[in-house]
Amino acid sequence: MSTDSRLDTSKVATSNRTDAATASKPSPAGSLASWADDRLGLATAMKKNLRKVFPDHWSFMLGEIALWSFVVLLLTGVFLTLWFNPSMGHVTYEGSYDQLRGVGMSEAMASTLHISFDVRGGLLMRQMHHWAAAIFIASMMVHLLRVAFTGAYRKPRELNWVIGCILLLLGTLEGFTGYSLPDDLLSGTGVRAADGFLKATPVAGSYMSFLLFGGEFPGESIIPRLYIIHVLLIPGILLALIAAHMLLLVYHKHTQWPGPGRTEQNVVGYPMLPVYAAKAGGFFFMVFGIIALMGGLLSINPVWKFGPYDPTKVTAGSQPDWYMGWPDGLLRIIPTGWESVIFGYTISWNVMLPILIVPPLMLVVLMMLPFLEGWITGDKRDHHLLQRPRNAPTRTAVMVALMTFYGLAWAAGGNDIIAIKLHASINQITYFMRVAIFVGPVLAFWITRRWCISLQRHDNDKLLHGYETGIITRSPDGQYAERHLPISTSAAYSLTARDRDEIFTADGETDAAGVASPNSRSEKLRARLSRWMYVHNVQKPTAAELEEAHHHAAHEAELTSGLNQPVDGHQFDDHHLRDADEVPLRDH
Amino acid sequence: MQLINRTAGRLSRHRRGPLAGLAVLLLGLLISGSLYTAFSPAQAQNQASETDQIAQGKELFLASCAFCHGKNGEGIPTVREGYQIGPSLVGVGAAAVDFQVGTGRMPMASPGAQAPRKKVVFNDEETAALAAYVASLAPGPAIPNESDYSIEGLSEEEREEAISRGGQIFLTNCTACHNFNGAGGAMPRGGYAPSLHGVEGKYIFEALLTGPQAMPNFSNGNLTPEDKRDVIAYLDSIQETPEYAGFTLGGLGPVSEGLFAWLVGIGSLVGAAVWIASHTTRTKKSKVNA
Ligand code: HEC
Ligand code: HEC
Ligand code: HEM
Repeated sequence: MSTDSRLDTSKVATSNRTDAATASKPSPAGSLASWADDRLGLATAMKKNLRKVFPDHWSFMLGEIALWSFVVLLLTGVFLTLWFNPSMGHVTYEGSYDQLRGVGMSEAMASTLHISFDVRGGLLMRQMHHWAAAIFIASMMVHLLRVAFTGAYRKPRELNWVIGCILLLLGTLEGFTGYSLPDDLLSGTGVRAADGFLKATPVAGSYMSFLLFGGEFPGESIIPRLYIIHVLLIPGILLALIAAHMLLLVYHKHTQWPGPGRTEQNVVGYPMLPVYAAKAGGFFFMVFGIIALMGGLLSINPVWKFGPYDPTKVTAGSQPDWYMGWPDGLLRIIPTGWESVIFGYTISWNVMLPILIVPPLMLVVLMMLPFLEGWITGDKRDHHLLQRPRNAPTRTAVMVALMTFYGLAWAAGGNDIIAIKLHASINQITYFMRVAIFVGPVLAFWITRRWCISLQRHDNDKLLHGYETGIITRSPDGQYAERHLPISTSAAYSLTARDRDEIFTADGETDAAGVASPNSRSEKLRARLSRWMYVHNVQKPTAAELEEAHHHAAHEAELTSGLNQPVDGHQFDDHHLRDADEVPLRDH
Repeated sequence: MQLINRTAGRLSRHRRGPLAGLAVLLLGLLISGSLYTAFSPAQAQNQASETDQIAQGKELFLASCAFCHGKNGEGIPTVREGYQIGPSLVGVGAAAVDFQVGTGRMPMASPGAQAPRKKVVFNDEETAALAAYVASLAPGPAIPNESDYSIEGLSEEEREEAISRGGQIFLTNCTACHNFNGAGGAMPRGGYAPSLHGVEGKYIFEALLTGPQAMPNFSNGNLTPEDKRDVIAYLDSIQETPEYAGFTLGGLGPVSEGLFAWLVGIGSLVGAAVWIASHTTRTKKSKVNA
C-alpha cells in the first residue's frame, strides 16, 4: 500500500523504482543474488512484500513478542530434544546432583536432571525454554487485549481473531504438555489432575482416561505420547496457524490509528525493508536477550527440588503454570459439595463447571466477540482505522469485565500463596472470591463504561472549547478566567476521525399481512442490544456545533483580551504560541 | 563454610544444653571426660539439682505461663472455637517446652490463629527449668541429644545416603504443608506451615516429636529417630548447596514464576517495544532537520 502523498515521503522511501534493483557492480554477493533471482524469481515475488508498509506504534509490536518468543521456544526446544529421553522406564539416578543420587525415577526425569546438571548450557536452555513459554502465552494475551480494545477485530479481520484465539488455546496446551514432560513431582501432580478432569466427564470419562494413558493411571505411555504431542503435533499446527495469521495480516494490511493522512484506504508507516525489518530484527534480539537473562538469572521449575513423581507424594505450592491458573482458581473456590447423583452415577459439577464447562465457554465467547458485535451493530463495512477504547465504551467495558473475571479466578488459583504472603486466612480469601467472581466483573463493567463516556465528553470539550492552557487572565472588571485555546488541527482531526454510533431500531414488527415477520424476535433483541450498547455514548460534535464553538471562542478571546486579536498570555513570556499545524499529534 | 557452621552450631548447642548446662553450673562438674554423659538427664547424682530446677521452673511457670495453661499446667478450657486460651501441658514433655519456648512461640503474646516464632524471652537456663517442670507433670518426649540429629559421625558415603533418603522422607511427609523447598505453605483458617530455612536441627527434631499446633506428631514409631536425622540432614544440605538455577523467587513454585514472567518478562519486553517505536520517531525528526 502506498504512503499518502501528503506525507513527506522522503524519510520513508528512498526509491520509487518499479523494476527490481540490481547491483551496479557485480560484487560476489550481488552476482549470487542475481543468480538466485534468475532461477527463483525471488526479487520480483518479494518486491511488493519488501515494500510492505508497517505503521509505527508500540502496541503493534506486542504480537511480535509472541512471534519471537515462539522462535526462542523452537530453538531451545530442539536443543532439549537432543538429550531428553521421553520414557517412563525406571532407572536409578547416578548423575551429579547429590541429593537425588541413588533415588529411583523415570528416564524422563533422569534425563531432565542430566540436562540440568551434566549438559553444558543445559540448565540455561531448560530455563530459557520455560521462561519463553510463560512469556509466549502472556504476550499472546497482551496482544489479544490490544486487538480487542482498539476494535481491530472488526471486519475484515474476524477470522484472524479466531486464528489468534486458537493459537492461544494451542499455546496453552503446548505449555501444559511441556510442563508434564520432566515427570517430576509437580508435573506428575499436574497429569494426575488432568486424569481426574478427564474422568469427571460424564459417561465417556473413564474411557477417555484409559485411552490417553493406555490403561490405568499413570501407566507407561503417557510421557511418550505427550512428547510427540509436544514436539511434533502442536508445534506443527502452531507453525501453520502462525503462518496463516501472518499471511492474513499482510493480505488485510495493518490497521492504524486515525490521524491526518491516514484513511481507511492507506497505511502510513515504514516499508518492510529496510526500516521495519531492521526494527523487527532488533526486537528479536531484545526478546532473545531478555529471555536469556531470565533463563540465566531466575530459577524456574527446579525439578531437582521436587524430586521424581510418586503418587504418594504431594507438595504445597503445586500449581500449574500461570496460564492454567485461572481454571485452577475456579476449582479452588467452587463449593466441594456440588455433585448430583443420577441413576447411581455421580455428576461432579464441582469439577465439570470450573474445568470442563467454563474455560471452553470463555474461549467460545472470546472467539465470538467480533461476530456478536458485528451482528448487533449491523456494520458490514471494512475497518482499517482503529478505535480508541473510550469510543467504544460498551466493548471496552465488556473486555474489562472479562479481564476482571479472569484476574479474580487467576488470583484464586494462588490463594495459598496469597494467604501466607498477606498473612490472611485461606478460608476468608475463598469466601471473598466466591462473591467477587460475580460482583467484580459487573462492577468493572459499570465503572469502565462510565469512565469511557466521561472521557468522550472530555474530548468533545476539547474540540468545542479548546484545551486548558493553565493561563489565568484577569478581565478589566477584575474577573479571573482560565484561557482555553483551540487544539491543533491534527489533534482535532484525530479526535473527530470516528463514526457516529447508530442505534439499530427494529421497525416493521409485522409485515403487510399482519403476520409477525420471522426475524422480528431476533431483530427486536438486536435492537435492544444495540440500544444498550450505544445509548449512553457521547457523539462527536457536528460541523455546525464546531463552527459555532470556534466562532464563540474567538469572539470571547477578542473581548477578554481587550486587543484586536486573540492573545494567549504567552506574549509576556518566552513560550510563544506554536503554529498549530506544525505541532505533532499530541493530546493536551 | 560447612565446617565452620557445624562447629559453631555444636558449641552453642553445648552451652545451651538445657539440663547439662545447669548441672555443670550447680555441681561444678570437674570431670573432664566425655561431656555426653553429663547430658543425659537420668544421672543419679543430678537428683538434688533436678528438684531445684523443677522448683525454679514452677516459679517461672506460675509467673509467665499459668495465666493461660493453668496453675498446674492442667490447661484452661477454651471459651469459643478457634480461640484457645491454653491447652493442658500434662504429658507434652520437655521437648515441647524446649521447642515452644526456644523458638519464642511461648509465652504466647496474643491469641491468634497460630503462635508465631518471635524473639526468645527466656535464657537457656530458664528454658531448661521450665522444661524440667513440665516434664515432671507427666512423662513425655525428652529433649533430643545432638547425636540424635547430627550426621557428623557418619562416613562420607553414609552421609550421602542419609541425605538422599532424608529428601525422599521429606517429600513424602512434609512437603504437603511445608512446600518442596521448605519455604512454607498455607494451612486452613489463617494458619501456616512456616519456612524451615535456618531452623536448628534440634528444633526440627522436637517439632517432629511434639507436633506443634496444626502439625501432626511424627512419633519415633512413625518416623524412626534415624529418619528424623536424615530429614534434618537433607534440609541442611539443600540450604548449603548453591542455587544452581539463579534466584529462587521465594521457592514458592509456579505462582511466583508466573508473577515474574509478567512483571519482569512482559514488563521489560513491552518497555522494549515502546522504546523501539519511539526511537524511530526521534531519528525521523533529526532527518527532517538535516
Ligand atoms: C496467652 C496465653 C499463653 C501463654 C501466656 C502461654 N501459652 Fe503456651 N500455649 C498457648 C496456646 C493457645 C497453646 C496452643 C497452641 C496451639 O496448639 O494452637 C499453647 C501451647 C503450648 C505448648 C504446646 C503444647 C503441645 O500440645 O505441644 C507448650 C509446651 C506451651 N504452650 C508452653 C508454654 C510455656 C512454657 C509458657 C510460659 C513460658 C506458655 N506456654 C505461655 C497459650 C499460652
Ligand atoms: C499437616 C501439615 C504439616 C506437616 C505434614 C508437617 N508440618 Fe511441620 N509444621 C506445620 C505447622 C502448621 C507448623 C507451625 C507450628 C507452630 O508454629 O507452632 C509446623 C512447624 C514446623 C517446624 C517449626 C518451624 C519453626 O519455625 O520453628 C518444623 C521444624 C517442622 N514443622 C518440620 C516438619 C517436618 C520435618 C515435617 C515432615 C516430617 C513436617 N514439619 C510436617 C505443619 C506441618
Ligand atoms: C509453543 C511452544 C512451546 C511451549 C509453550 C513449550 C513449553 C514447554 C514447557 C513449559 C516445558 C517444561 C520445561 C521444564 O522442564 O521446566 C517444556 C519442555 C520441553 N519442550 Fe517445549 N515448548 C514449546 C515448544 C517446543 C518445541 C518446538 C520443542 C522441540 C522441538 C520442545 C521440546 C521440549 C522438550 C524436549 C522438553 C522436555 C525437556 C525438559 O523438560 O527439560 N518444546 N516445553
